[in-house]
Amino acid sequence: MGSDIHDSEAGGGPSAPPDEHRSTTTLRVNGKPHTLVVDHRRALLDVLREDLDLTGAKKGCDHGQCGACTVLLDGRRVNSCLQLAVALDGSEVTTIEGLAGDGEELHPLQRAFLDRDAFQCGYCTPGQICSALGALDEAAAGHPSHVTAPAAPSGRPVPLDADEIRERLSGNLCRCGAYPRIVEAVEDVVR
Amino acid sequence: MAGTGTALGAPAERREGQLKVTGGARYAAEHALPGRAQAWPVPATVARGRVTAVDATAALRLPGVLAVLTHENAPRITEPEDPILGVLQNPAVPHRGWFVALVVAESLEAARAAAAAVRVEYAAEDHDVTLTADHPEAYEPESVNGEHPTRREHGRRASDSPAARVNVAYEVPPLHNHPMEPHASTAHWDQGHLTVYSSSQGGTTVRETLAALFGIPEERITVVADHVGGGFGSKGTPRPDVVLAAMAALTTGRPVTVSFPRRFLPAVVGHRAPTLHRVRLGADADGRLTSLTHEVTTHTSRIKEFVEQAAVPARVMYDAAHSLTVHRVARLDVPTPSWMRAPGEAPGMYALESAMDELAAELGMDPVELRIVNEPEREPDSGKPFSSRHLVDCLREGARRFDWSRRDPRPRSRAEGPLLIGTGVASATYPVLVSPSTARAQALPDGTFVVRVNATDIGTGARTVLAQVAADALEVPLDRVRTEVGSSDLPSAPLAGGSSGTASWGWAVHVACRELVARLAAHAGPLPAEGIDAHADTSGRADADSPFARHAFGAHFAEVGVDTVTGEVRVRRLLGVYAAGRILNARTARSQFVGAMTMGLGMALTEGSTMDAAFGDFTECDLASYHVPAHADVPSIEAHWLDETDTHLNPMGSKGIGEIGIVGTAAAIGNAVHHATGVRFRTLPLTPDKVLGGLAG
Repeated sequence: MGSDIHDSEAGGGPSAPPDEHRSTTTLRVNGKPHTLVVDHRRALLDVLREDLDLTGAKKGCDHGQCGACTVLLDGRRVNSCLQLAVALDGSEVTTIEGLAGDGEELHPLQRAFLDRDAFQCGYCTPGQICSALGALDEAAAGHPSHVTAPAAPSGRPVPLDADEIRERLSGNLCRCGAYPRIVEAVEDVVR
Repeated sequence: MAGTGTALGAPAERREGQLKVTGGARYAAEHALPGRAQAWPVPATVARGRVTAVDATAALRLPGVLAVLTHENAPRITEPEDPILGVLQNPAVPHRGWFVALVVAESLEAARAAAAAVRVEYAAEDHDVTLTADHPEAYEPESVNGEHPTRREHGRRASDSPAARVNVAYEVPPLHNHPMEPHASTAHWDQGHLTVYSSSQGGTTVRETLAALFGIPEERITVVADHVGGGFGSKGTPRPDVVLAAMAALTTGRPVTVSFPRRFLPAVVGHRAPTLHRVRLGADADGRLTSLTHEVTTHTSRIKEFVEQAAVPARVMYDAAHSLTVHRVARLDVPTPSWMRAPGEAPGMYALESAMDELAAELGMDPVELRIVNEPEREPDSGKPFSSRHLVDCLREGARRFDWSRRDPRPRSRAEGPLLIGTGVASATYPVLVSPSTARAQALPDGTFVVRVNATDIGTGARTVLAQVAADALEVPLDRVRTEVGSSDLPSAPLAGGSSGTASWGWAVHVACRELVARLAAHAGPLPAEGIDAHADTSGRADADSPFARHAFGAHFAEVGVDTVTGEVRVRRLLGVYAAGRILNARTARSQFVGAMTMGLGMALTEGSTMDAAFGDFTECDLASYHVPAHADVPSIEAHWLDETDTHLNPMGSKGIGEIGIVGTAAAIGNAVHHATGVRFRTLPLTPDKVLGGLAG
């Protein structure tokens, strides 16, 4: 398979859960394949953070209420805390660490967040950026939101104004209150 | 040398920004030390009583479980000064949600499952968690938070009746800080040295506390708080996570991370206590206050007296011939309250500034003018002159920017379809606090400089602004200065709290840098390889009594739309103007003002917690039930400031800016809702159920 194989339970010895509670799962994360023996209870977020040391996806609530753990799963944004890793065999995952690509260049969204000071503590930031990226693709694919005009033509790209951005990013909480700057940052990229 | 001596005030980009937007910034739970284990706490399920038995047999049998700590087997610690840290030391349960056990396991999943398998038996006692204004156990404490006196009275009650009076009650419910990063600590003992990565607003205090609790010298403890995912007061002092992590690491001999599940936070990290306000105002026909009374009743827990100082801002704001401010507190079987952004000022100014709006309506006077008429010459309570005030300038500048003069003062005078539109104003104040700090500045042979101070960057941009302070003091370009913060191995420093961090750390950085400049001037020839350094300690200066009353001031303006069909209130515009001394970084300062105003918007419209009388628990304990504002709730928010020069502060001339943004926001929004609807709502938050009920009369 050409991927690293490791056990999601530290050591994998007698302290690991019994075999019937673990399965081999392969995920492509930021372009790299990883084959893991995962505890069936393990969420994608914990695979990323604990097994792959990709701590960019944050754990804010572990219940899908805050959006800090947002990553792209097969190109769609998801709360990775709500995804059981065992159910994702063969999936493609993109995290904040994978956005910039191999070069040093930041993704335009990352650059825009810096330019606009669109964060303070930074804990929700990776989720905001991944969510914005997903939202841009959804709008481009013609997905309407709650604030899209009912008369807007179906299936055509939805123009993202500030109201659309606010609506589409409302699953990503920011307690520092950087919302106005985040919206501006996303608008910079839309333009 | 471009930029020499002009760094202060510049909108310098955050130095850790790139790390934060690429996912490279590591927070307390993200230090995966080799062999690191995970812990999961077990909260008490009774509101009052004691643990009679803990059966960990089933939990310990689960694969991957390393230990179950309880009051029977946990390491003994010295009795803490802060009772909330006395975890797993005795069987007492002072409130529901108090931790009665801690599971340590190889994985999060194993720890969580085992925590659910720990069986705890209790001897429960009757509890009382319900605060009322006439609670029989309420008493006047010796002092309130901030060491303010609990009661102050000035002047004498007038015998003749005032031209206008207001006598109303307001209610602010319990509120939760809910920083995005839950409280977490990773602890590791290595050959008698304890290293903790802790999500804290002040690592120096964490180290002092751990040294006292575990009976080891401070030199054998390192506390790292490199990046902190917000705190808003709830990480201002050590919380149980760091004590539990150190205990668990000691017990298992492994590095251990304790990261509190979100739902457990409200009970163990502090909350803004509910405040019940009675405000009585009397004024003459010109609007001058003849009497001002602010009485506050609040709660605290059985184990600690924390009293939200909500009547204190009334001592700063307005002159009145007679004034009375007093606090009462009831000890209930509730979690221990603590600091939440602008403790005292935020709920207190909600009540006072709402009452001022009611008084303006009684008088038929413009609410901006009413405030201006009552502008004091000196601080009403202390009689001290203000070092600077400029509240009137904030009000006038805000009114100009907001187009206040075009406002039709009549309530319910503007509608757009089913929406009623209104505007409101409120004043804001926050004290200038500053503490002694140490710092070290070093000049290196390559022409660069390093500034070291155990400041904490909880999102304020401390690294950046301290580099600006240093560059100015050193008279060198900003890019020649590096700052190191966030470790207790650095010169000790006070916490990021009370809007005092930058003033406190910056003062020490400034002094160290000026001293370094002097040393460099006296030095002949090239610098030695290790450079030259200078150390500063501002004890005795930063904490010296000032002959001046020192506060920041501000004015908030809000426009709301109230949906008469759904009862939903939406903020359409929010504008703040601040007089907060010199603004040291225009970019990060704006973000702090806007962020605090956003939290004020939440306080006004969406945030509220409830003590369940039967279970003794916060009902809204997670982010699904406790509604912090989301993107869709927040319109464009404007923050402006005056160029205020005040030479009685610190060498930078700055006041704190982290909290004042929340202070008047809720009142401005509430006043706008009254202007829109003609209805006074006096209990926060203004949720659709309340608003619809009010509109229906």
